[in-house]
Amino acid sequence: MNYRLLCAVLLWLPVFASHAATTKVSEHVLGNGLKVLVKEDHRSPVAVSQVWYKVGSSYEPGGITGISHMLEHMMFKGTDKHAAGEFSRIVAENGGEENAFTGEDYTAYFQTMEASRLAVSFELEADRMRNLHLLADELKKELQVVTEERRMRTDDNPQAKMQEHFNAMAYTNSPYRNPVIGWPSDIENYKVEDLQAWYQRWYAPNNATLVVVGDVQPKAVFALAEKYFGPLKPMGDRPVATTTLKPQAEVEQVGVRKMTVRLPAKLPYLVMGYKVPVLKTTQNEWEAYALEVLAGVLDGGSSARLESGLVRGKQIAVSVGASYSLTSRLPSLFTLEATPAEGKTVWNLESALKDEITKLQINLVESDELQRIKAQVLAKAVYERDSGFYQAMQLGMLETVGLSWKVVDEYVEKVNQVTAEQVRDVARKYLIEDKLSVAYLEPLPINGNITEIKTSIGVR
Amino acid sequence: MRIRLLSFMLLASFFGNPAQAAAKIEHWQTPQGSRVYYVHTEGLPMVDIQVAFDAGSARDGYQFGLSALTSVLLDTGAGQWNADDIAQRFESVGAQFGSSISNDMASVSLRSLTDKPLFDKALETMQVILTSPSFNEADFQREKNRTLAGLKQQEESPAELASIAFHKALYGDHPYGHPASGEVVTVSGFEVADLRSFYQQYYVAANAMVVIVGDLSRQQAEQTAETLVSGLPTGQKPELLTEVVMPVKSGKQHIDFPSSQTHVLVGMPGTYRKDPDYFALYVGNHILGDSGLVSKLFDEVREKRGLAYSASSSFAPMLRKGPFTVSLQTRNDQTGQALEVLNKTLADFIAQGPTEVELIAAKKNITGGFAMRFDTNKELTSYVSMIGFYEMPLDYLDTFQQNVEKVTAASIKDAFKRRVDPQLMQTITVGGSDKKSEK
Repeated sequence: MNYRLLCAVLLWLPVFASHAATTKVSEHVLGNGLKVLVKEDHRSPVAVSQVWYKVGSSYEPGGITGISHMLEHMMFKGTDKHAAGEFSRIVAENGGEENAFTGEDYTAYFQTMEASRLAVSFELEADRMRNLHLLADELKKELQVVTEERRMRTDDNPQAKMQEHFNAMAYTNSPYRNPVIGWPSDIENYKVEDLQAWYQRWYAPNNATLVVVGDVQPKAVFALAEKYFGPLKPMGDRPVATTTLKPQAEVEQVGVRKMTVRLPAKLPYLVMGYKVPVLKTTQNEWEAYALEVLAGVLDGGSSARLESGLVRGKQIAVSVGASYSLTSRLPSLFTLEATPAEGKTVWNLESALKDEITKLQINLVESDELQRIKAQVLAKAVYERDSGFYQAMQLGMLETVGLSWKVVDEYVEKVNQVTAEQVRDVARKYLIEDKLSVAYLEPLPINGNITEIKTSIGVR
Repeated sequence: MRIRLLSFMLLASFFGNPAQAAAKIEHWQTPQGSRVYYVHTEGLPMVDIQVAFDAGSARDGYQFGLSALTSVLLDTGAGQWNADDIAQRFESVGAQFGSSISNDMASVSLRSLTDKPLFDKALETMQVILTSPSFNEADFQREKNRTLAGLKQQEESPAELASIAFHKALYGDHPYGHPASGEVVTVSGFEVADLRSFYQQYYVAANAMVVIVGDLSRQQAEQTAETLVSGLPTGQKPELLTEVVMPVKSGKQHIDFPSSQTHVLVGMPGTYRKDPDYFALYVGNHILGDSGLVSKLFDEVREKRGLAYSASSSFAPMLRKGPFTVSLQTRNDQTGQALEVLNKTLADFIAQGPTEVELIAAKKNITGGFAMRFDTNKELTSYVSMIGFYEMPLDYLDTFQQNVEKVTAASIKDAFKRRVDPQLMQTITVGGSDKKSEK
């Protein structure tokens, strides 16, 4: 039974791989350095447009952490041409959806609209790329908003808060040690001048990528981009990020790091992270893909080792996961996280997870295990194409971290080439004690009680 | 059967104006009475399949969480296979399987490639899960413990606590009043036999609906639906859910919690799927608090005053009146001020309705962005599932824009006045008290 299935997958692999890679991306660079990527998808009369800036929390020096995210908020607060809030009103009136997001390595803005209205989005984005108004009154209000956002995302969420402390311990000097949203006292003290300087330094056509995916023709999109973005002045004559950004290379870790985080919570929680290379920084490209497959061996679905062995088999965890981000700009962490089952401890979990790592270092992964991961990667490459937004995300992110969008096309094949030996080798090389950081969440009691205000409760 | 089907489709094409159809939904019934809804999409060799039952948490009875745990157990063992076998069968062909519940509905879903050997394997696995789940004692104990851990974890989230209290305040003893994942006391008392009998009562052909969206032909879709549900006993549809009893007066409740923000929920039972007021309420709410970065609530709470990161309102139409919810989160000592702004914005809107300018802008946004609502198979599947489950007209999507256009400022004002009553509003706050957090 198993064997037959395997054959089916194997036979079908190469045919499908070529099918998955048929949609092509068109690329064009404007005179001012703005890179434009277009991917056609004519299944629906819709287009997503995203502007990606090469700036994010990992670009920020101490004292102004989170400023990329703050600036993202301020980008909706008006330009020479449009008053605060008008950007959003115009997009809404055109049936558009819009928002923005900031990460460690990028800040991105997007609109999804009916494809014929692409010009609306281009005009607005081009305008705020160079002509933003940063006003003290608007900043004052928006600072409150960001503070509330931080409370909601981090301060009142024990696992998120622990993650923040964990990153600050695991990285010594890499900017990945700082939270994307910024440290509270940094957020409190942004000045308009800080934001102005940040905007002027990073927001320019030669530090951005424009990605359009949808029911469009590349040539027409390039012409439209030329019309709206073409007149914008670049910053200097070379790509901004590559010339002005300091490397901030993480020093080598020289021993295991551990911390306990005590917070009001109901369940204990464990996070472990090993320092690993990523595609952008590795000497050997295959290592990054082998780590990707290794993450799949541990956590690639319900049949993978962690769910099967720790949640179902040993019943030591109620939830468990492994993750690796292949496409970070800087070396990153291979992360394991878990919540213990009733009667088990984070230390039981830690040793069970280490046993799983040891197994990977000693034995080769089974061929049907490997095949299962590859089959999933291949299928996902098809499913991903259901969403234009996701496809645009992939292209934008890859360009912005300094890889090429072409990585998307190579991905399935590169994963396919990974061998069991390579998985064992990266486990031996990177998943070792000296590169490990561990954090334990120790729950403190939550004391709450319910008060009826007045005496009425509504029903009946 | 065939003949009835044919005449139905002729009718649909006569009234439905298929030349401009947003999505051509084909509908038929299997011999045992399961409803099937199918949309053919091209361009990607994949298919999304969902089999849904009227078996959501509203069918829990007094065993809160029974629907949820039954759903969780389905893929932990079926036919000759254990949980590992099942997971391996799906994942070896790149298929994604899931089971889930809402208040009204329990469903299993599959996303698969359409390449025949891969699809057949995934489909067979799904069929066995649906028709022969094992409900083993060992799997049951493990999943029960995981559910209990999840319930415990909810208690560290002010948002979850607020939501639980909110539903209780709105619905009391009505089946919409308890949390879908149950409560520690109820779930602790479950036995595996409870799950088995819930499954036997509700996971039956007469109570099933099949949704198929993707690159399968009509014939393949028919076979697929047949394969999935033919092994189920015919059974019968459960009795219609009782009507929601509206609150008789407003209420306020505060839960003390050591968080830096207070989570605020304000609302009452709102609208249901076949509500004649639905479009007026929908467009009105779009203006009030559901249009991303430009709604009235967002403007008053966030843009003008910086009181919260998110402030919004929503109607959740269900089989019976689902909740109308206005929500925000704010620093503990600002709770009073934020609530005041929220209540005033709401009261003003009920009293005055929208302006013509606001209405036009909202219509432009809704109709202009209409194509984006189902531009992925995933979104289309969830629309078709909604249309099928609630037995909405098959041309629901085709007439959607028309129905939005028909809404007037007066009809919104009228609908809100009748349906959203400040005198019946329930207010829940969860967070640190004002005094403690003042600095």
